[in-house]
Amino acid sequence: MIEFRFEGRPVAAEEGQSIGAALHAAGIRSWRTTRFGGRPRGLFCAVGACFDCLLTVNGTPDQRACQTVARAGDEVTG
Amino acid sequence: MVGAGIVGASCAYALMRAGVRVTVVDRGGVASGTTGAGEGNILVSDKEPGPELELALRSNDLWRELAEECGGFEWEPKGGLVVAETPEVLDALTAFAETQRRHTRAAGAGPGDPETTPPASGAVAAVPVAAGNLRDFEPHIADGLAGGLHYPQDAQVQPMLAAARLLKASGARLVRTAVERFLVSGDRVTGLRTGQGDLHADAVVNAAGTWAGNFPQAPLPIRPRKGFILVTQPFAVPPVRHKVYTAAYVTNVASDAEGLETSAVIESTRAGTVLIGASRQRVGHDTAIDYPVLARLARQAIGLFPVLKDRQVMRAYAGLRPYSPDHLPVIGPDHRLRNLFHACGHEGAGIGLAPATAEMITAQIAGARPAVDPAPFAPGRFA
Repeated sequence: MIEFRFEGRPVAAEEGQSIGAALHAAGIRSWRTTRFGGRPRGLFCAVGACFDCLLTVNGTPDQRACQTVARAGDEVTG
Repeated sequence: MVGAGIVGASCAYALMRAGVRVTVVDRGGVASGTTGAGEGNILVSDKEPGPELELALRSNDLWRELAEECGGFEWEPKGGLVVAETPEVLDALTAFAETQRRHTRAAGAGPGDPETTPPASGAVAAVPVAAGNLRDFEPHIADGLAGGLHYPQDAQVQPMLAAARLLKASGARLVRTAVERFLVSGDRVTGLRTGQGDLHADAVVNAAGTWAGNFPQAPLPIRPRKGFILVTQPFAVPPVRHKVYTAAYVTNVASDAEGLETSAVIESTRAGTVLIGASRQRVGHDTAIDYPVLARLARQAIGLFPVLKDRQVMRAYAGLRPYSPDHLPVIGPDHRLRNLFHACGHEGAGIGLAPATAEMITAQIAGARPAVDPAPFAPGRFA
């Protein structure tokens, strides 16, 4: 197991697991809100197509949680 | 009404308002063809002086009315910005705009001194933009352009929403099934044979898009011209304010080339994405993805808006523009069968031209005189 941080709190991930899957396993289902309606968004298609699960990884915005492999020490924010 | 794209939906809306009861038949449902694969362009800027520009100007007015009385389709009167890479291209562009202005001033404003006659709605507005002022219009535009022209009348809608809203507001019945052929009695069309049985009608309108030419009883020379669109991931603040395209687009729209042509056409949508077009290829009904074409479009877009370089493309899709041999739409009564009307062949301008097409068809079905001269669009001109 490795560990990264989401909004400052530690989240465990399997080696090779996506950030989205690790967040989901940790019970975190939503990490951003829509621009106009403020509605919660997290994994939707989970296969890289819908771009609903975007988050910021080590300062790089708009990364797809479902396509980004978690690495030890990653700083992830919504 | 054969076809539930933007043309069929606009015709249904105009006809129902004129008191005609309409049934729309489409095998794929609302906006399942060309309407669902475009950008929602409502352009006057790319039209050469002539009948299509007159139709576009009339349609531009009608879209503004539809946005008021119907709405719900992301109407954005954002204006267009056409940019030139070199001083030579800028000269050509400026001369082109002058022909548009001259032509439509005469056609739209009627007699009178052009300096004192206020521009009628039937006139093209085009304002030169110096290189140094391009950033006032587009803060993220690339360095090194020679200048451009601002076309405040250019606008945008979300085309699928527009078709769906107009169809719903029309109250027309939608039947989702294939049309097998026209029902014909003597020299008259009396209805349609569909996958769900026969439908009888006093008049039939063919708004079947890229398939509109394929009815054996009344064939038309309409063929598909393929185009790709790239969709970027959403931006929190849309980086492109207008319809922005390069002067090459105008030449490509009018060209007769069989091979691949690309010219960047870029706009933001209300959802925050950026749409990148436009390619043109004649490859039949093939809508397969062609990565070298996508790469070329992306490179041209980054050339105009370097801010796009770090963004990801979320989707790409191909659509087919239905075009006729002279690149004018085919609108009006069929020259072989009575009670059959065509509203098709709009190539890449179907969204923009749909309301004026619908107005023309409605007048023709009612036996009235259309607002725009229908003669150049007559289906019999290819016979």
